Amino acid sequence: MTATFWQKVDKTGRNLAPFAVTVMMVLVGMIPLPVPGYAAVAPNLTLVSVYYWTIHRPDLMRPGVAFLIGLLQDFLIGGPLGVNALLLVVAQWAVLNQRRVFLASTFALLWVGFTLVMAGAVLLQWLAFSVLDAVTLSILPALFQGLLTVAVFPAVGWLLIRVHRAFLNG
Amino acid sequence: MKPRSSGSVIRLAAPLRALAQRFSFLLLVLASIALMMVGKIESVSVDSARARVTDAFAPILDAISRPAATAARVVESAVELENAFDENQRLKAENARLLQWRQAALRLEAENNSLRSLLRVRPEPSVNYIAARVIATPGSSFVRTLVVTAGKRDGVRKGQAALAGAGLVGRVIEVGEWSSRVLLLTDINARIPVILSNTRQRSILAGDNSDQAKLLYLPPDSPIQVGERVVTSGDGGLFPPGLPVGVVTAVSERGIRVLPSADLSRVEHLRLVDFGLPSTDLDPSPDSK
Repeated sequence: MTATFWQKVDKTGRNLAPFAVTVMMVLVGMIPLPVPGYAAVAPNLTLVSVYYWTIHRPDLMRPGVAFLIGLLQDFLIGGPLGVNALLLVVAQWAVLNQRRVFLASTFALLWVGFTLVMAGAVLLQWLAFSVLDAVTLSILPALFQGLLTVAVFPAVGWLLIRVHRAFLNG
Repeated sequence: MKPRSSGSVIRLAAPLRALAQRFSFLLLVLASIALMMVGKIESVSVDSARARVTDAFAPILDAISRPAATAARVVESAVELENAFDENQRLKAENARLLQWRQAALRLEAENNSLRSLLRVRPEPSVNYIAARVIATPGSSFVRTLVVTAGKRDGVRKGQAALAGAGLVGRVIEVGEWSSRVLLLTDINARIPVILSNTRQRSILAGDNSDQAKLLYLPPDSPIQVGERVVTSGDGGLFPPGLPVGVVTAVSERGIRVLPSADLSRVEHLRLVDFGLPSTDLDPSPDSK
């Protein structure tokens, strides 16, 4: 009942893991790789992380947390403020509403679910940027980015499962 | 610790909390949209906030981008080793050709100098370069920027031109203490005053988030041909004139496309051009002397 001070610190630290991992994903997603055309289609690792934690630990990936992470991403990537914040909040809300379906399902279904979320994200992003820039932009780069993200989903998901087991199931 | 007053506060707070949680989604969506508006209107303060956040994360970005750069270099050097013989042959031929060009350049420089002294031409302001490493790309399909490791304390100012390898890369749009952000010339918001080297036609180079940029405001009958070089015109005083920008690759009804000379997808280091002009009204911060 009476947890000691250090136990509390330990618990808080562990509970911060989803947030910390997602922030790390924001930063890792920004690493410049000298591959032609990579920067425009770099996988959206942040969305994978938010998707995973919303399904498995919605108590640690609240809408406010998703918003903050999106805001940080907006600041760092140099785009208009609020776009990624909106994107992650909507994604978190959508996944949370269907959480029971995802929790009971297999990995393949999780993957399909992520594909749907990513498709929505691509559309939303394209719409937001087109409105903010007041021109019809090409959706193709965003589409390729979506495909690449879906392709790396199993690898990133595996990594997140390891983090989940290491910090939160102890 | 504050004494817990009574149960009534908690009883009152619980429904409020439930209400807040219920509407937090809506609130956050509205907050995001409000932020987009604020970003459009209050771009100066948003830029300075952005520079602070970028500064704070620059050391981490710097650290994690190093292994990736090293790995890429190892792969590249392996490929280069394989092609060493062919490359050597090619370079020898190119060197022979360049030596001839050097003779021509030396002769022209001497001639230029003597003519300048005859005409008493005022020399161009001196140009300094600041070298910087690229530590982050946006990882977004709709934004073309780079974050580099040089800031105010290195002499970087807003509006400076960024060069890499063969040509212009973009323009500094935001300066932090030790990091800054470069808007690539292919970004949809980039506009650069240029001049075509043969026809001496002035124009504006505009990006559209693709790999090539397009020329704006050209008269319809201008005799521009594929292969013509595009350099900065120096109009507006932000950039020194004559920096190489790119080459015209297509002339059609839909517009004139320019391929940047610098390979924008693999910029590792770049040089920021300190042109030595007094700072323009684009940079309203008081500490930029």
